Amino acid sequence: MKRSEILSRILITAAIVGAFGTPLYFWSRTPLIHARMAEDGGWSPDVIQANVGEPLHLNLTSDDVVHGFAVGQMDMQSVDVLPGKVTDLTLTFDKPGIYTFFCTRWCGLNHWRMRGTIEVNGSSSTPEPASVPLYVTLGLDIDAPHDAPSIPSVQPSTISGQVLATNLPIEQSSDYYRKNSPYQVFDELSNTSLTEPQRWDVVAYIWQSNTTKESLTNGGQLYAQNCAACHGENGAGDGVFADDLAAAGESSMQTMAGAEDRMMQTPVDFTDPTRMLGASPVLLQGKILRGGMGTGMPMWGSIFTEEQIWDLIAYLYSFQFEYHQ
Amino acid sequence: MPKIELTRNPFIKNTLKSRPPQLAVFIVMLVGYIFAILAGLLGTPVGSHNFSIVFVWIAWWGILILVAVPFFGRGWCAVCPIPLPGEWLQRGAVLSPPDKRPKWLNLRWPKALRNIWLQNISFLLLALFSSVLLTTPNITGIVLAAMLFAAIGLSTVFERRSFCRYLCPVGGFIGLCSQTAPIELRIKDKQVCVTCDGKPCYNGSQSGYGCPWDVFPGGLTKNTHCGLCMECIRTCPHDNIAINLRPFSDDLAKPSRRIDEAFKAFIILGSAMIYAGVLLGPWGTLKDATYNVGTSTWFMYVIIFLAMIFVILPGFFALGILQTKSILPLKQRFASLTNSLIPLGLMFWVAFSLSFVLTNASYILAALSDPLGLGWNLFGTASAAWQPMLTSILAPMQILALVGGLIWSARTAQKAANEARTSSIPVIVYCFIVTLVMLWLLV
Repeated sequence: MKRSEILSRILITAAIVGAFGTPLYFWSRTPLIHARMAEDGGWSPDVIQANVGEPLHLNLTSDDVVHGFAVGQMDMQSVDVLPGKVTDLTLTFDKPGIYTFFCTRWCGLNHWRMRGTIEVNGSSSTPEPASVPLYVTLGLDIDAPHDAPSIPSVQPSTISGQVLATNLPIEQSSDYYRKNSPYQVFDELSNTSLTEPQRWDVVAYIWQSNTTKESLTNGGQLYAQNCAACHGENGAGDGVFADDLAAAGESSMQTMAGAEDRMMQTPVDFTDPTRMLGASPVLLQGKILRGGMGTGMPMWGSIFTEEQIWDLIAYLYSFQFEYHQ
Repeated sequence: MPKIELTRNPFIKNTLKSRPPQLAVFIVMLVGYIFAILAGLLGTPVGSHNFSIVFVWIAWWGILILVAVPFFGRGWCAVCPIPLPGEWLQRGAVLSPPDKRPKWLNLRWPKALRNIWLQNISFLLLALFSSVLLTTPNITGIVLAAMLFAAIGLSTVFERRSFCRYLCPVGGFIGLCSQTAPIELRIKDKQVCVTCDGKPCYNGSQSGYGCPWDVFPGGLTKNTHCGLCMECIRTCPHDNIAINLRPFSDDLAKPSRRIDEAFKAFIILGSAMIYAGVLLGPWGTLKDATYNVGTSTWFMYVIIFLAMIFVILPGFFALGILQTKSILPLKQRFASLTNSLIPLGLMFWVAFSLSFVLTNASYILAALSDPLGLGWNLFGTASAAWQPMLTSILAPMQILALVGGLIWSARTAQKAANEARTSSIPVIVYCFIVTLVMLWLLV
């Protein structure tokens, strides 16, 4: 065999091995966390291991549309995960436990299903036990209807309520506020000389005095980012995914035996006074913490901190009461 | 315009005769091809950031349609890596002359299939799945790999480059359009070939291989089936092979009368029009139908696509020709006059390709730096933003291409009609109408 033939064969073999080997080598050494719309699999992998105190380097990429990445109950800015691009991120956990990471962009109908967990191990200290939610302690059935038997004829005025409340022996502690629905407080005020509209004004004032401007601002931001896709920017239950959620519920969940009560529903309308004035902050906290159990409402307990949930609840009542702060 | 023999230049001639430069190009192309397969299979599923999609369907297709075919005819076939592994395996050698006894089955290609119908079918098959193919990297990777393996498989069963000659989906397209190119490989003196002993250009010799494309260069009158592999330049003992610069569409002066090639012309014309509607048009329902392969709407699209190419376009063309008189029978007249559609079909593809190539060319920079979407930045261009190019002159360029194609086809039709002793008017009217439709679709 001629030398040129041998050389050319060596060259071709080397080129082919290189063409196969190079991408395979680098591909195998670059583990990526892939984000896909929930319908196509969500996060992959969706369980990540980490150790306390050790930096966790993540390379995130999207296989379809723009997604976002954030870890629940952690003080971090969410990052965008762009199609075909890689986003680097380093996280350090100082407590052990199971953290939930989630998509922060309205990527599709099942956006809220895009979640995964980071299991943080290796600490000498034991994980802090989770506190029992208030609705459990109180034995509140958060799935039962809690509609207000009557509602105000006009929107209650906090300014008027503040004047009227001055001379009334009203309990205004946060504990009282959280455990009672606006209607319950309205009902308790029936032994006063106030007219019904005046009683609603006082209720509005009590609700206002149990929140702050910062809390409402924070709650508003959380709402816009996480809730408005379904519940609508103005709380009317008419978010961009609302109709699709209801349609998806009818076509899928209803076919499950006995599932009619728990099928996906049109998102709750926070501007509906019957519903909102019958709901106590504790009830809303329970629903946000636990989720809607098959109704399409996600579980936020692993994502929001307790403070964030109270801020969010304060904001939800602003769809009923016009606050003046 | 007289022909200019480029191989008179010693540098060009020696470069073409020498194997190492060609081998170097082959190796680079083969590495790129294998890399494109792996990028498709391993890289990001986001087409606009995957090497396989960006380099195959934007860069390669752009170069093929806008440069290679119009100016070099089968120039791409001269450097295409797909047949190489099969050919090396078939010959049992890369550079050395082949053994006298074949290593593999070495069968002749079946006579009934010695036409471009299989290429028509393979092109249409890819065309019907094109929306998915052009945007899904792993599908592109699989198709590229399948073509490579098909070429290897056919090389072990049949003689020469059967895949290129009879099956390659793009080969028929390039072959037909290469007749318009201003470059050709031809013999210098026919008498030399007639008296040549052993016909080494076809049968091979110690200087090189017999024509891989199963063409006897002595009988070459068209570019259609010459793959510009340069083997005959190496094997001709009489230095009787030349590469010539010539007027555009020189081959179409004597039109082919093959019906398989006639329908290829309608495939070229019709698929450009359908692609323009599907990929560039505003019709979301149509786009969805092409993407949702296997659904009833996709089957509707398939029916419309095939009806357009096999019934509507040829039907109206035949109706036009029926109005004319000629000494040629209708079938031959039909086949002969469809050659006039080739320049227009090519320019349809030029106009269509200009649109998506200029719109998406900026993806090339990002894909070059991060070909698999793994977060690399090899050349510092990974973050290059998508930016359509030359948008202000795109429409004028497209109009120019379409109007130029119309004039080119009209002139070709006049020559073909003279040859068939018939009127060119129905063909020119037909070209005018389809050009108007394409203008409406594109601009």
